[in-house]
Order: sequence, then C-alpha cells, then structure tokens
Amino acid sequence: MFGYVFKRSLQSLVAVAGLLVLVFFLSRLTGDPAYLYLPLDSTEAQRQAFNELHGFDDPLYIQFGRYLADLLHFDFGTALSRNRPAMEVALEAFPETLKLAAIAMTLSLVLAIVVGALAATKPGGIFDRLATTISLAGASAPDFWVAIVAILFFSVSLGLLPTSGTGTPLHWIMPIGVLMLRPFGLLTQVVRGSMMGVLTSPYIKTAQAKGVRRTKIVFVHALRNALLPVITVAGDLAASLINGAVVVETIFGWPGIGKLMIDAIVRRDFALVQATVLITAIAIFFLNIVIDLVYAALDPRIRHQTA
Amino acid sequence: MSTLSLQTPDAEKRTASGPARIFRLLLRDPLATLAFAFLVVVVVCAVAGPFLIGDLIEKPNFRARNMPPFSLEQGFAYILGADTLGRSLLARLVVGARNTLGIATAAVLCSLVIGGTLGLIAGYSRGALGNLIMRATDIVMSFPSLLLALVVLFSLGPSVPNLVLVLAITRIPIYLRTTRAEVLEVRERMFVNAAVALGASHSRLIFRHIAPMVIPTLLTIGAIDFATVVLAESSLSFLGLGIQSPQFTWGSMVATGRGYLANAWWVAFWPGLMILLTTLSLNILSNWWRTYSDPQQRWRLELARRHRK
Repeated sequence: MFGYVFKRSLQSLVAVAGLLVLVFFLSRLTGDPAYLYLPLDSTEAQRQAFNELHGFDDPLYIQFGRYLADLLHFDFGTALSRNRPAMEVALEAFPETLKLAAIAMTLSLVLAIVVGALAATKPGGIFDRLATTISLAGASAPDFWVAIVAILFFSVSLGLLPTSGTGTPLHWIMPIGVLMLRPFGLLTQVVRGSMMGVLTSPYIKTAQAKGVRRTKIVFVHALRNALLPVITVAGDLAASLINGAVVVETIFGWPGIGKLMIDAIVRRDFALVQATVLITAIAIFFLNIVIDLVYAALDPRIRHQTA
Repeated sequence: MSTLSLQTPDAEKRTASGPARIFRLLLRDPLATLAFAFLVVVVVCAVAGPFLIGDLIEKPNFRARNMPPFSLEQGFAYILGADTLGRSLLARLVVGARNTLGIATAAVLCSLVIGGTLGLIAGYSRGALGNLIMRATDIVMSFPSLLLALVVLFSLGPSVPNLVLVLAITRIPIYLRTTRAEVLEVRERMFVNAAVALGASHSRLIFRHIAPMVIPTLLTIGAIDFATVVLAESSLSFLGLGIQSPQFTWGSMVATGRGYLANAWWVAFWPGLMILLTTLSLNILSNWWRTYSDPQQRWRLELARRHRK
C-alpha cells in the first residue's frame, strides 16, 4: 500500500517540478516589468537600473539558476507589487482560501451523499427527478453569474448580506454557497449513479432478505462501496475548487490565494506568481496523497497491493 | 474487402432506423426534448442571426439607454432591454452566441485532434516518447485548469486564437488519456494482430484499424465536454483575460454588466442566463445519452413509453 502511494507521489512530484519550470519561463514571456513599476516618464537608464537591481537583465537561464538556488535556501524572492517577501504574502492568503474551500467541500460532500443516496433509492421518482435537475443545474451554472445574481438579490434588493469583504459570519454565506454549486452538483450525480449500481448487487438483496432496515442498507451497507468513485471525483474537484475560488474571491473581495494570483499575474509580479503557484501545487500534491491513502483504506484491493 | 461487405447490411440497417429511433425516444422525455429544442434555437441564432441583425449591436440608440426589459416601446429588438449605450441586448446576445459557441467548438475540436493524436502516439509507441507525453499530461492535470489558462493566456497575450489554444490545452489530457487507454486495448485485439501478421505498415495499422475504433469514443467525450469548455471560456472572459473588446462573448457581457448591477441588472443577467441554459441543456442531453447508450439503463427510457400508453 505504501509502495503504491509512494509511486504515485513521486509521479506528482515530477509534475510539480515541471509546472514550476513552465510557470517560470511563461511568466518571463509576459513582458518587461519595468514599464509597470516605474513611472511612465522614466528614462531608458532608469528602467535598466530597475532591471539590473532585480536581476531581470540577465539571460533567462541564469535567472532560472538563481531561482533554483534561492529555492533551496527557502528564499522565494520579493513581491515587487508589495515590497515584501513573496512567500510571506502568499502564506498569508493561503489559509483564507483553505478555510473557504474546506468548508465548501465538506458541506457539498455531506449534502451530495445524502441527496444522491436518497435519489438512488427510488430512481425515476419525484425526489430523484428533482435532485437530478438541481444537481445538473448546479454543475452547469456559471459561478460568476450566480455570484452576481446572489449579490443583486440578497445584498442589493433585500439588504440581508454584505456584498463583499470578510469579518462577520454573514460574509461567509455567499462565497461558500457559490463555491459549493459545482462540487455539489457533480458529486450528487456521482453518488446517485454509483449508488444505483451498488443497490442492485446481490449482497444488498441478501441484506433486504434478512430484514435489515432500509436506511441501514443504504447508508451502511451500500454507501461504503458506493463511496470509492465518489472519493476519486471529490479529489479531482478539490483541486479544481481553486478555479472556483479565483472567481469567488475576485467577486466577493476575499483575500485568498486565487485573488492574489490574479493580481500578481496582471501586475507582472513574477516572484509572487511563482510563490502562489508553488503553494497551490504543494497543497494539491498533499491532497492527492491524502486521497490515495483514503482510497487505500476503503479499497482492500489497493491496501494489499505491493508497489 | 470481404469483412467490409459483410458488415455493410447490418450497418446500413442501423443508420436507417438509428437516428429516427433515437429521436422518438428523445421526444418521450420532456426535459430532454426541451433541452434539444433550446440548443437548436441557439445554434440557428448563432449561425443565421448575425446576418439578420446587421449593425444593431454597434448602433447606439440614446433613446433606449438603460431601457428595462419586457417593453416594446423601441421595437421587438429591445424586448430584453438595452445597455448603457442603448444597444439592443437581444442583438448582442445573438452575436455573443456566435462567438461563445464558435470559440468553444474550435477549442473542443483542437483538443480532440491534438489529444487524440498524442494519445495515439503514447498508446502505440509505448517507448520514451509515450512516457514523456504522459508526464507532460500530469503537469497539465496537476494544476487547476483556470489558473493554468490564466498564466498561459497572460504570457501569450489575450486574442481569440490564443484563447482557443489555452482552452484546448486544459482539456487535452482527457482525450489523450482516453485515446491511450483505448489504443492499448485495441492493439491487442485479434484483428490488429492479424493485420500485423499480414505485414500491414504502422500508418495502415493506425489509420485503418486502430483510429476508427477510437474516434466514436472521442466524439462522445467531445460532446459531453462542450459544456465545460463554454463555462471555462466564460470564466476567462469574465475575469478579463479572455476575449477582448470590441469583440464579446456571453462571459464578457456579464463582466460589462457587473458595473451597472444596481441600476440596470438586465445587462449582466441575460447573458449569464444564456450560459446557464446552454450548459444545462447540454448536460441534460448528455445525461440522457448516457442513459440511452447504457444497456443496463435504457429500459428506463423505454419503460416511460409503456407507462404513458
């Protein structure tokens, strides 16, 4: 089992390294940061001095070598747009996104399991049709638009919730709600589909014949087997939850890593882009390990596999 | 040739009754029918609409500035209201449909062709090249697609071809992995072995024997993936790194309307609703198709008929 997890993590570690190289060179392609950071009437000499100061005048491969050497010293460069160490800025924003994503993911997972399992017990019934339509709509909705309509309705018209920012518990409601849409929609469908498959298998028939209570069959006997594909999808979704976080954080002014990354990209803050990408990639890397471990714990075929 | 002529009658029969039968089953599901009808309308609007509209999307009509929807005061073109320059929202939605669907179609085709080709190579050659391709896919998949698209798009500069390319890159792994898996399976089949034994060249094996087995699967994935690509394009355009003005898609229309939310909600509302209805219809149809093409589930569709009669 640990051989399996180890092999998988080694693969994703290679991917993280590749990603960092890619981002380094791609972000260098975006143009000269000196034009953005110096006043419009700056002279050629001033721009040159700026580039020399930050090492942007060296050939790319030398810059890259320096970047790698600094990485080994845990020096991630200075965020030009804020004049602070890039990693410090990124680490400040990261927990905000993590809190948002963790709450949204947990809530949508629990909700999806309950709704999906109940829908699967009576396929084609009213509850099933309702759940399918709602989950499809959740998976199809453009999150930025739902966020805007929610602001329009709850903040502008009703005046119940704050439009953006952080602070009170009320500030959490809309960002989490919008962030939950897609995972909830997709997971409900996966739970429903996988549950429908499991519920027709012989061991469930046996349990029914023994006279086990219906809720116990669904939520104890069937759920354990139905959860395997759900966990795979949930893992993929957790990584792509960052996609949603970018949109949600931008609209609701949430000081998370997604908003930070967009700002850094637009302002050509190379060090900050790299730091945010690194943090996100590492977070996803650990997430994948956790998912593999959970998967192994649930599936004896993997648990007893050697390498 | 002999195998070909053996297959023909059966294949002909299937194509003769196939679409008609599928369509009849489709009409039995009201939700799927509605989704299908909506998509037909959108596609017809996207293809033919811009010719009928003429210069309506550019022409400012100052008497219609910020005109609320559901009023026929300025004619039918303004039924959905007008934006701050008094341009008809209905007309802009139609042109936005063309851009949105056009970009998504191009992106899906690109990723299908590139992903399919690379997957074919990775599955067929199994050597170092195949390994390299798979590791490159891992990189793309190890990172949130929207962020990757943002980074790439910002370095390449926002333009329609780049937008298509970026959207394609983020979707390529899906086609690539499916193709590779299918190729690995197909190349072990008896008829491929027979072709190898008969001395077929690599290109003949790939294009004549393996590719025809893989392409239908890819097309199905492409159809299902279309909704995701529409959403991704909309998000990018909404964030301002997708399509650039004066061109626009539904996503960038929402972004424009966001600034006038308090006094003209309809500017942002309609284009977003169009995105929602389009992707929802696509998902409903692909859901229906999944039920239809799964022999263990198809009886549900056929049962519905017996219930009603």
